[in-house]
Amino acid sequence: MDAAAQTREPSAGKVRLYGSGLRALSISTVLAMAIALGLVFFYAPLEAEQGFLQKIFYVHVPLAIVALCGFVAGGLMAIQHLRTREDRWDMRSYVAIHMSLIFAVGTLITGSIWAKGSWGHWWVWSEPTLVSFLIVFLLYATYQPLRFAIEDPERQARYASVFAIVAGAFVPLNFIAVRLSSAYLHPRVLGSTSNLPPQMALTFAVSLLAIALLYATLCKYELTVKHTRAQLRALRRSLLAQESELGRPGAGQRRGAAPSPRATVASGRPAA
Amino acid sequence: MALPPVAELPALPLHEAGKYVAGAYVVLFALVLIYLAIMAIRMSRLERELGDLLARAQERATPERQRTQEREAP
Repeated sequence: MDAAAQTREPSAGKVRLYGSGLRALSISTVLAMAIALGLVFFYAPLEAEQGFLQKIFYVHVPLAIVALCGFVAGGLMAIQHLRTREDRWDMRSYVAIHMSLIFAVGTLITGSIWAKGSWGHWWVWSEPTLVSFLIVFLLYATYQPLRFAIEDPERQARYASVFAIVAGAFVPLNFIAVRLSSAYLHPRVLGSTSNLPPQMALTFAVSLLAIALLYATLCKYELTVKHTRAQLRALRRSLLAQESELGRPGAGQRRGAAPSPRATVASGRPAA
Repeated sequence: MALPPVAELPALPLHEAGKYVAGAYVVLFALVLIYLAIMAIRMSRLERELGDLLARAQERATPERQRTQEREAP
């Protein structure tokens, strides 16, 4: 099945274009980021206990929330893939997890910077929130090696979906377990947002929106590039097939004409 | 490691905290920039691939057009 056929909407009967709406989304993201930064540095008051250091909160916490939600979303898309067997859901699940991993790296680094400023240590092993997030990150860090260790595209997509579902279920369980833990030092955010002064709550909400929009935009970019590459490869294959049918000399001898091992991965599926 | 709760820790002065806050925001923008750079590389690769396909299609279309013109010529 070629890429175009795979991404066809069963009901509408037209080709899905991942790039549509990308421009509007990108502009909204840039605007939201600019507004969020303006609010963080010129509107939100300084926190009494942590002072200026608390400004990290507006980037660290939204990054963590969006990364964890992205992992769960990846699991939900994987369920959809196993239900429908449509490759586009596998690709979406892959992209959601891939992007969440990048956001999780951002969370860990910004969290470490905050910990150094606040606690004087880059990392505190006795802190359940930090360690649990690291465990989630390491769990998902095995997703890609697992995925690309399997050659058969069908099995690759199936196993990756099963992994995404199991790991996606682990994320909220892990979150609840940490919340139930009484001995913590890490400041609570979600339970105490209502206690935040309105200016801080507004700034936090806008920052969360900006980071969520950034996540959505980058996912859309990634999907668009992957989909375009799959379509190009399908086009190349069909052109080559036509040339060999015509018996044209030199067919398949041009630069990049021979399909690479990556190109043999079924279109619409993420290639390593 | 026994650490006091955050509320009991003294706030860092602005000149001290500023570098940590700047560091955190720089990390975010560095991640986005690195991602955009990778995207740019991938886009240019796609563009090359598309150009290659276009050249191939044009190469194929030229003799066909010549044949058509020869057939149509009296």
